[in-house]
Amino acid sequence: MATKATRQSFGEALVDVGAQYPNVVVMDADLSKSTMSCLFAEKYPDRFFEFGIAEANMIGAGAGMALAGKIPFVCSFACFITGRFDTIRMSVGYTHSNVKIVGTHAGIGIGEDGHSQMGLEDIALMRTIPGMIVIQPADERETKQAVEFAAAHGGPVYLRLTRQKLPDVNGDDYKFECGKGVQLAEGSDLTIFATGGTTHHALKAKDLLSNQGVDARVVNIASLKPMDEELVVRCAKETGCLFTVEDHSIIGGLGSAVAEIAAEKYPVPVKRWGILDVFGQSGSPDGLYTEYKIDAHGIAEAAAEFYKSVKK
Amino acid sequence: MAFELTRDISTLKSYARSIRMNSIKMLTEAGSGHPGGSLSAADVVAALLFGVMKHDPANPKWEQRDRFIMSKGHCIPAWYSALAAAGYFGEDELINLRKFGSPLQGHPDRMRLDALEASTGSLGQGLSIALGMAMAGKMDNASWRVYCMIGDGEAQEGQIWEAVMAAPKFKLNNLTVILDNNNGQIDGYVEDVMPLTPIDAKFRSFNWHVIAINGHDMEQILKALDEAQAAQDRPTLIWAKTLKGKGVSFMENQVGWHGKAPSVEQREQALVELAQS
Ligand SMILES: Cc1ncc(C[n+]2csc(CCOP(=O)(O)OP(=O)(O)O)c2C)c(N)n1
Repeated sequence: MATKATRQSFGEALVDVGAQYPNVVVMDADLSKSTMSCLFAEKYPDRFFEFGIAEANMIGAGAGMALAGKIPFVCSFACFITGRFDTIRMSVGYTHSNVKIVGTHAGIGIGEDGHSQMGLEDIALMRTIPGMIVIQPADERETKQAVEFAAAHGGPVYLRLTRQKLPDVNGDDYKFECGKGVQLAEGSDLTIFATGGTTHHALKAKDLLSNQGVDARVVNIASLKPMDEELVVRCAKETGCLFTVEDHSIIGGLGSAVAEIAAEKYPVPVKRWGILDVFGQSGSPDGLYTEYKIDAHGIAEAAAEFYKSVKK
Repeated sequence: MAFELTRDISTLKSYARSIRMNSIKMLTEAGSGHPGGSLSAADVVAALLFGVMKHDPANPKWEQRDRFIMSKGHCIPAWYSALAAAGYFGEDELINLRKFGSPLQGHPDRMRLDALEASTGSLGQGLSIALGMAMAGKMDNASWRVYCMIGDGEAQEGQIWEAVMAAPKFKLNNLTVILDNNNGQIDGYVEDVMPLTPIDAKFRSFNWHVIAINGHDMEQILKALDEAQAAQDRPTLIWAKTLKGKGVSFMENQVGWHGKAPSVEQREQALVELAQS
């Protein structure tokens, strides 16, 4: 199985869309070697702009570029770029400028650097902006297609990427569709919704759960906004309860998005799992996934407990 | 067809006068808004739209147009008044300022009005957008220029200085920024709230070309805008020293008139004074 950090796949995909779209420009704020926008910079130096450690100005300049016909990708860590929320809200969202905001190193998966570098609230922030599309891919294939989608789509997009390597979860014939989730594994007792770095753990959790006699369905949500309402409702009807897991605060992210749909369209028990309204800390990426119980074992344990509580 | 510009000083002054009078009328009708900074900006606004910028009221999205961004978005009534006078929409539209469903939102919304280049109102952001536009213009070897007006209070925002640092790096000689230095903001005088002095030294040390002018002297304004166009390798700051509330005696330099609409009686007095100016 291929494993690649989605930021690496992103850097490669940027070079591809750079060839396809002469109007694509890329901006970075002194993290191009980490976001991997450096790959684009090497290939297209005239279309790459280094803004220094000044994210707000970079985002605003991206808006100006977009208003003059360019397709800018503005890149930094998820925490730093979405931390400039008001600039995104006004200069990208309200101005409706065609800017692609790329936040890498999202979640506790960044590891040793600790909380200050971990985007744990970025999905929540970006989801509140009207017209903003929010995408978090779970493997290389999905990342490349998400980048292609972002370049082709006429409007603001937030792309959330990981530092850590991720194994393939989607098949060869996978096609990314904005607003669509993908059922990766069948199951009838409960549905596990996962996104980004937690998706491959959710697939392993399914095996652990089946050892305990729980038949879990696994759904990957790359398109966090718009959400696949129909899929959420169908899973609610068919499995009766929904469990969500994400490397992000349980407030405002995937769990909230799923719960909002379930509550309004087909109320069933929902359990949100992820970063439980606490800060992150230093540790190895794998170690942190274990400590915060969002690795396969943690997910299986929490999902089993939830399942027992709702279906005694 | 591009708008026919004029260099006739008395014509430009009369445009500025009508911008001031319409701003007062709209703000009174709206019952809220920001007269002080709209009045201080009026002369520069008139010089830009009627004397300098390439634009076409019949085709607001003309690719070759010069771009203007009112970064201090609360002063947009001055720009709306100018747009109406240039024929972008009827003057009768001006009374809809700040009303429900109006294209003339309290702060500029480009999605509701074609003639606007950006949506502003959260201070400190318009300059970055102008910078990005100027960068795109450079990439395309475009002949159009970008103009951006910022407030002196607005210049307290950190993002302004990020943009001020970046523009010379990208050699944006197609970018002209006008600082409306009226020394007023909401909580008091700029020099008391958070001093900006020395303005010229700050911008020069960031490698800008700086031109200091009296922002109410039409000849000086035109000369500065021309000089900015000739700048070879760097952006230009036109440091326009102005009077907040300029032209209305009871508003001039009064902090309280930053964000308050005139009453009907005050409007009448203001219009009489402006008509005589
Ligand atoms: C980020 C932000 N903070 C606060 C405000 C509220 N506000 C509106 S106008 C203003 C004062 C602006 O002063 P200045 O830029 O000097 O404008 P002028 O005096 O020319 O009207 C403030 C604080 C705002 N619009 N944006």
